[in-house]
Amino acid sequence: MKCQKCAERAAIHMRQHKLALCAEHYLEWLPQRTQRFIEKYRMFGPDDRILVAVSGGKDSLSLWDVLLRLGYKADGLYIGLGIDGGIAYSAQSYEKVLRFYEDRAQAHPGLRLEVVDVARLYGASVPEAAHISNRGRGKPCSVCGLIKRHIMNRVAYDGGYDALATGHNLDDEVAVLMQNTLHWQTGYLARQAPVLEATHPGLARKVKPFCRFYERETAAYALLRGIDYIYEECPYAAGSNTIYYKELLNQLESARPGAKLQFYLSFLEAKESGLFDAVREEVVLNPCTKCGQPTSAPGECAFCRLWERVNAYKAEGRPVRVPA
Amino acid sequence: MKVTYRNKEWELPGRMTVRELIRKVGLQPELVLAVRDGQLLTEDTLVEENDHIKLVAVISGGLAASCEGIG
Repeated sequence: MKCQKCAERAAIHMRQHKLALCAEHYLEWLPQRTQRFIEKYRMFGPDDRILVAVSGGKDSLSLWDVLLRLGYKADGLYIGLGIDGGIAYSAQSYEKVLRFYEDRAQAHPGLRLEVVDVARLYGASVPEAAHISNRGRGKPCSVCGLIKRHIMNRVAYDGGYDALATGHNLDDEVAVLMQNTLHWQTGYLARQAPVLEATHPGLARKVKPFCRFYERETAAYALLRGIDYIYEECPYAAGSNTIYYKELLNQLESARPGAKLQFYLSFLEAKESGLFDAVREEVVLNPCTKCGQPTSAPGECAFCRLWERVNAYKAEGRPVRVPA
Repeated sequence: MKVTYRNKEWELPGRMTVRELIRKVGLQPELVLAVRDGQLLTEDTLVEENDHIKLVAVISGGLAASCEGIG
């Protein structure tokens, strides 16, 4: 197969776009499309300061790379979760992020990498906190999400960033969309979007510049750019609902190229035309009485309550096991 | 040819397209990328008896609503 721009050997064929490109043209195409999406969804402007949440995976490191190539002032935020899983998962992912940052720091004066180590800052790793709090039926994913959302919002807001950018790709978006559709979670459907506005004081604006790229496209970009990302999956992700739905959707994609993209775009169009307006709830948020971050709970937010419980447990000197 | 994917390895005889190869080892073509000598291959590429093909997983799973933070 030939590149449709220069007739060199193609490196990637995107069946949903009926487009094949060589490595060189693909590495131009993806940032150009990203810029188009940033403008189309009014994510941020050329003078805005962006905080990119980076995990060491292909999506977030590619996103940081693309934003820097496009000339944005984009700093990184790495959250050390303290996950080992027999493969030193967090240590490995941090190493990838640090190397990525060091390789680019000289070419981008003022570039920053914010690092928040959960265990060092709060007293327990994510798996330990999950075990102690007994949330998530033996898996730390729900505690992990709670902790990451809180830290990302705090660092983005306190740091005065105009937007917090995450590496969500189209496969992530349609997997969540499918789950929420199957369960008719209309409230969640009403909130799913490429941009989550800062609707309350204390909330950071959240954007997903890669939301229209297939996961294989972000992986191809990382490989072709030579980005050294962590190949290993989070040890706790095995058997997750997200992977299950992604596999299902990719079976559909295999038989009907473009099905995933069509699903997502039709959803956004339906939202735009007001399909979910009737179920859009105005969520009342108040500042947490302890940390000040917006919360729908009366009094303290779920994050502060979690750490109070964890610290009380540890103060009793009781043993801590991490979920297998 | 030698095919590797994560910690697995296969030996496959003959020449075939990348798409056939991926199907033969029981994977979904949408879920992996094929690399030969550091070069990304499209699914119609013919691979030969002596090739070493590395399959790279493209999906990651920790991104459910409860884990929406980072990719």
